[in-house]
Amino acid sequence: MSFSVRRDAKGVMVIGVDGQLIVGNRHELKSQVTEALERGERKFLVDFTKTGYIDSSGLGVLVSLSKRIRESGGELRLAGLNDDLKTLFELTKLDTLFAVSDTAEEALAAF
Amino acid sequence: MTVPLRLSVRHTSSADEAGLPFQIALAVPSDLGLVEQVVDLVARHSLAAGLPPRRVRFHLRTALAEALANAMRYGNRLDQARKVSVRVEFAVEAIHLHVADEGDGFDPARVPDPTAPDRIGADGGRGLFLIRSLVDGLEFNQKGNALCMTLRRT
Repeated sequence: MSFSVRRDAKGVMVIGVDGQLIVGNRHELKSQVTEALERGERKFLVDFTKTGYIDSSGLGVLVSLSKRIRESGGELRLAGLNDDLKTLFELTKLDTLFAVSDTAEEALAAF
Repeated sequence: MTVPLRLSVRHTSSADEAGLPFQIALAVPSDLGLVEQVVDLVARHSLAAGLPPRRVRFHLRTALAEALANAMRYGNRLDQARKVSVRVEFAVEAIHLHVADEGDGFDPARVPDPTAPDRIGADGGRGLFLIRSLVDGLEFNQKGNALCMTLRRT
């Protein structure tokens, strides 16, 4: 299982990525979020605290999901990026596209 | 099903022969599920060869995974009968990662910058940019179906 999903008290879907978000498991994340959107969920936090590695396919799916969530009137936040992942977001300038918090707690407080 | 990778490791008789203590070579079927296995294997050898952990964990892993995925998807069109050949030379000053596919090649100069304002929200197109950003040297063959990435040891 690459992802853990829980709904916090504020109604935020918190999706933890365990290990990596890559070409091999990105569709699973897409399905989780898409199904939640169809159920009416609108607040999403992707928590990378336990994530070591994201490839360009993983970045692509995050961009695609952020558009879909925004179009549905929802909100997506990211949290818990390690130094390597922060560098990845900075290099690709995706840090300007996403709301990124240091910790999941900070991100949840911002919803 | 995971296809066993054909790995060959060649140790030269002396470390100063062409500056190459050893090299590894692999022929990888075009199956995206094998990317991590290849990257793990090369990363293990690179750590053992003395590359700094962050250069292996981040620079090498990311650049090699992107190069393999591009070769399998766009070069070999995910045709598992077509192989991606990987050769890693562990030289004294640097390691050189060669990745070649059996496709028609492409012109890397025509790949748009994914950080340009009109591209930043695109779903794809960041692989080659990441490779360029993370390695110390990048060269393509004339056909555009083989690249060599150089990572210095320091």
